[in-house]
Amino acid sequence: MIAEVFNLRKIMIPAILAALTAIFYVNMNNWNHTGDVVIYGINMSHMITVDHFSVAFSGLSILLAAFIFILSHDYYKNEQHHLSDYLSILLFILCGALALFSFSNMAMLFLGIEIVSISLYIMAGSRRFDVRSNEAGFKYFLLGSFASGFLLLGIALIYGTSGSFIMQQISVYAMSGNVSPLFYLGMLLMIIAMLFKVAAVPFHFWSPDVYEGAPALITTLMSTLVKVAVFAAFYRLILLCFTGSFSYAQDILAIVTAATIILGNVVALSQQNVKRLLAYSGISHAGYMLLTLLSINGGNAAALFFYSTTYSLATLGAFTLAIPVFAAMHSEQVDAFNGLGKKHPLMAAMLTISMLSLAGIPPFAGFLGKYYIFSEAIISGQVTLTLIAIINSIIGVYYYFKLILAMYTKPANESIPEPTPAFWLVAGVCVAGGIILGIFPNALITLLQ
Amino acid sequence: MENTIQTIPQNWYLLLSAFLFCIGVMGVLMRRNAIIILMCIELMLNSVNLLLVSFSAYKGNSDGQVFVFFIMVVAAAEVAVGLALLMSIYRNVASTDINVLNKLKW
Repeated sequence: MIAEVFNLRKIMIPAILAALTAIFYVNMNNWNHTGDVVIYGINMSHMITVDHFSVAFSGLSILLAAFIFILSHDYYKNEQHHLSDYLSILLFILCGALALFSFSNMAMLFLGIEIVSISLYIMAGSRRFDVRSNEAGFKYFLLGSFASGFLLLGIALIYGTSGSFIMQQISVYAMSGNVSPLFYLGMLLMIIAMLFKVAAVPFHFWSPDVYEGAPALITTLMSTLVKVAVFAAFYRLILLCFTGSFSYAQDILAIVTAATIILGNVVALSQQNVKRLLAYSGISHAGYMLLTLLSINGGNAAALFFYSTTYSLATLGAFTLAIPVFAAMHSEQVDAFNGLGKKHPLMAAMLTISMLSLAGIPPFAGFLGKYYIFSEAIISGQVTLTLIAIINSIIGVYYYFKLILAMYTKPANESIPEPTPAFWLVAGVCVAGGIILGIFPNALITLLQ
Repeated sequence: MENTIQTIPQNWYLLLSAFLFCIGVMGVLMRRNAIIILMCIELMLNSVNLLLVSFSAYKGNSDGQVFVFFIMVVAAAEVAVGLALLMSIYRNVASTDINVLNKLKW
């Protein structure tokens, strides 16, 4: 925004990238200085706490945001005069996400979620003259603020019973002998609101519509950075606050998980729109991630982190390669990918690797991500659910292959997509990350253990 | 001030805000006019505000009231964004009925 005033649009993205690198570095430094955050002598530990969990997830999200910024220069080529608005809103989203990784107070949780959501409402509706984008933005807005209402009621009830917004004190209260029934109601309401935000099944209706209607780059952001942020917040909330009383919600969450996995995969089978297909695939991946919440013990944060990393790298890679195809074909259907294998072998190969990683086929990283999550779930006794998840991940292979088959077996059409260097760079890093993590997972998986 | 609030039993506050919250939820689910839906969402948030204020008065700690300010700020931002989105929809389809939002399905 400041750059806009001085008419320095050209240096805006490099400047943001430099700043993000600096933040990334500072964040990594925090690895060895976990604990209370002290700013100008004021101890902020009632608001945010830095621990390994938050440092790891912040690093991941800063990285993802940097990728989105690299892409945004070329994606908004024709809308240069609005570029600064988009970029600043993207930065707000990153701010909210960072708050979501390290909150230790309900106020920070609420503010983080709202910063992320309100910015996303704007971004989803940012194609002002496109009715579909408007519709996506408004639907997201309605359902998102509806869910925020439930989140707030939950927070209020928890405050009313436990007398505090601070996570630590709430968890002390939850462990104590006499817990008011209103506390459980509040917990349930908060869990429902978070399920809304991660698009788990009875509350998933907004997600495919919003993913389809929003501009493709924003869909990318939503399905990577925002999904990871909300999930990490959900995990942190349950881990820090509700472990003492979680058994009351566990059955409900187990049913939701099973429904999410099954419905996400089965409905994705019949999708023809690629964004919508990836939205349903995102729903099913949310179901796999919910498995870590069911067997929550602090130790499986590593599995969640590894899974989020592989999932978001693969999704980011897939979208990065799909956006030039959408642009060249003026279509977001699976047909648009017909014959890409002949026209652009390298691109098709990279997209195939991303898809295989999403489907969880070895040796790519997605396989190991699923493996860690499933083994953690089995260790904690969720055998039936894990079986459901495994069967469904086999079903999932089918719709990922639909795209791969379209690329390699269908006849080609004329227009050839031309990804710019930025797209090649991001896609290359994502695909390489997917392969390297698949072969050497230890670097990441040991981070949080 | 606190004494005045405490002359009414706490459960009544709870019931009143639960009632208001339910009106809000019902409105969001049943009404088809986008502006009324926006107002119902506001009603949901404000019932939570009422609840927080009464809890905070009964507990004698001010955290709840500070939180109410957070909610008010966020609600204002939310309504601003919501109305802006509604404006751009209205410019495109000349209606505030949410049934026209049916371009995206299945």
